[in-house]
Amino acid sequence: MLIIEDLQVKIGNKKVLKHVDLEIQSGETHILFGPNGSGKTSLLMTIMGYPQYKITGGRIMFKGEDITHMTIDERARLGIGMSYQRPPSIQGLKTRRMVQVCGDGHVDADALADKMNFTEFLERDINVGFSGGEIKRSELLQLMAQDADLTLFDEPESGVDLENISLIGNTINCLLQRVNESQHCKTVKHAGRERSKMGLIITHTGFILDYVTADKGLVLYDGMVAGRGNPVEIFKQIKKVGYRECARCAA
Amino acid sequence: MRSLDDLAYKAKDKKAAIGPDIDLDTYSIESPLHADVKNLDTIPKEDREKMTLAGLDASEKERAGTYVQRDATAVHSGSNVDGLEIIPIRKALEEIDWIRDYYWKLAAVDTDKYTSRARLDLQNGYVIRALPGKKITLPAQACLYLEKEGFNQNVHNIIIAEEGSELHIISGCASASHVTRGLHVGISEFYVKKDAKLSFTMIHHWAENVVVRPRSVGIVEKGGLFLSNYISMKPVKSVQMYPTIYLVGKGAVARSYNLLVGSPGSELDVGGRIYLQAKDTRAEIISRTITNGGNIISRGDIIGEVPGVKGHLECHGLILNGGVMHAIPELKGLVDGVELSHEAAVGKIAQEEILYLMSRGLTEEEATATIVRGFLSIDIPGLPAPLKAEIDRAVELSQKDVM
Repeated sequence: MLIIEDLQVKIGNKKVLKHVDLEIQSGETHILFGPNGSGKTSLLMTIMGYPQYKITGGRIMFKGEDITHMTIDERARLGIGMSYQRPPSIQGLKTRRMVQVCGDGHVDADALADKMNFTEFLERDINVGFSGGEIKRSELLQLMAQDADLTLFDEPESGVDLENISLIGNTINCLLQRVNESQHCKTVKHAGRERSKMGLIITHTGFILDYVTADKGLVLYDGMVAGRGNPVEIFKQIKKVGYRECARCAA
Repeated sequence: MRSLDDLAYKAKDKKAAIGPDIDLDTYSIESPLHADVKNLDTIPKEDREKMTLAGLDASEKERAGTYVQRDATAVHSGSNVDGLEIIPIRKALEEIDWIRDYYWKLAAVDTDKYTSRARLDLQNGYVIRALPGKKITLPAQACLYLEKEGFNQNVHNIIIAEEGSELHIISGCASASHVTRGLHVGISEFYVKKDAKLSFTMIHHWAENVVVRPRSVGIVEKGGLFLSNYISMKPVKSVQMYPTIYLVGKGAVARSYNLLVGSPGSELDVGGRIYLQAKDTRAEIISRTITNGGNIISRGDIIGEVPGVKGHLECHGLILNGGVMHAIPELKGLVDGVELSHEAAVGKIAQEEILYLMSRGLTEEEATATIVRGFLSIDIPGLPAPLKAEIDRAVELSQKDVM
């Protein structure tokens, strides 16, 4: 499980996270709400280990290890993965190669791409000229190959057209082992067994809640956790009264 | 012919327009005669390995024919397929009348001291020709090998793709491991006739103290296609070349791809110049350069002389561990209605890209190597598979030096 205690983070001289506590138990998925600039992406990037996010206080524990000062690749190998909102394009690096990198060479890129309707992109340079929705599918394809234990999703539904939103939702469900027996997730190794995968999902629109059942929701406001509760309820409140009020009501 | 010799003689001390000047007198033009090689497998293993690194396939399994020159001697020359001719140029000059229609018809003997030297002290070189209408899809291979210490190798190559033919050539240059000092001068004249397709891929695998001065000129007729690739990823003291291609027939196309790695002590001044002289001609010059302590000048020049032509120039350079990268893209439109563009970028690997790959489980070093390999992997359309494989291998081998 993931335990974050009194986390404080700076970018340059700016405090982006002032005080965050969070616990994600094995098998749980949490939804992260908050207005622009509240620190949602900062929290994900800090958990992933991006060095420009300087941890000035608190600590992050994952699977019983203190990962506060681990490098990104150490965290990735320990089982943390991330779906980015705007990942960089890399000229000359084929999506196929990227999928193999994620799967440490032990995956069938064609079979996975077939699942994601992404076969025609395998021979294209990663993210080069991809639309918003294509980037999301590419990210999920990589995560399927990586098969992380904790997956961080930064607005997985943004830029995705209606046709693909259920594909995205179902894939996230597969990655997080949140599926019925009837649904097929053959590509994910542990599907069907007792759920152990953890997820932390940022959503702006809330669309993803129609597809992914989550256990808990939290609202970030100005670098602090302003509220916790049932994610569907929180989202209703936000729609009704806005973040500022909601931060107060959920607290 | 006498007058050409006179012109060459007058230019014997003429410095090149660009690039460091080389004192030719400090190199020897005397070389031992090497014996004929019937079977490429009989070339000593150590030399054969060096040649292999420059693209030679000693088994000839996936090659249409082979030319091998050691120092000044053509030791092997022959075609394995119908419609392909491979002849040492000295033999051609003695025995074939038509060679005079091509020999020094594009390159000027008085360009500089190097063309002068190649004219006055010609040792050998190859003539490779695809007969009209013959589609030769397997690459022909040539290897110019420098074995004698302090030697000045002067070669002259003539490549002809006759009307409607298809020809692919992989031309490798390498030096023996004991050679610490040498000078290679290579004249190449390319003739791509009507509706013919020629790809020419030059792979250099020299040593730290070898100086290289290629002088290449090509002409492409109506509907012809010329792909010209140059790969130099190993340490070399100095390379200066600025091959020129004239597109003279309607719809002729030339594409040039350069992949360069500049190691500490290396000076690479490599360019490409294409003249668009007929309707609907198109040109593309793309270079990917990496310096890890070397000095690289990447030039490109496209000249549009008639309306309706298109050209694009792309120089991308990475500075990895020091060194200097100088991109000099030039475009010249001489009339209304030409479309010429260029993009040039000199920089470092974006940290964001490294971190992205690290978040997929690669270490920082693995991530950097993966990005570098991607940077050098450009899709060159129209190359047969064995040639693509050879280029990929050269890129793969360069990894160790770059990192």
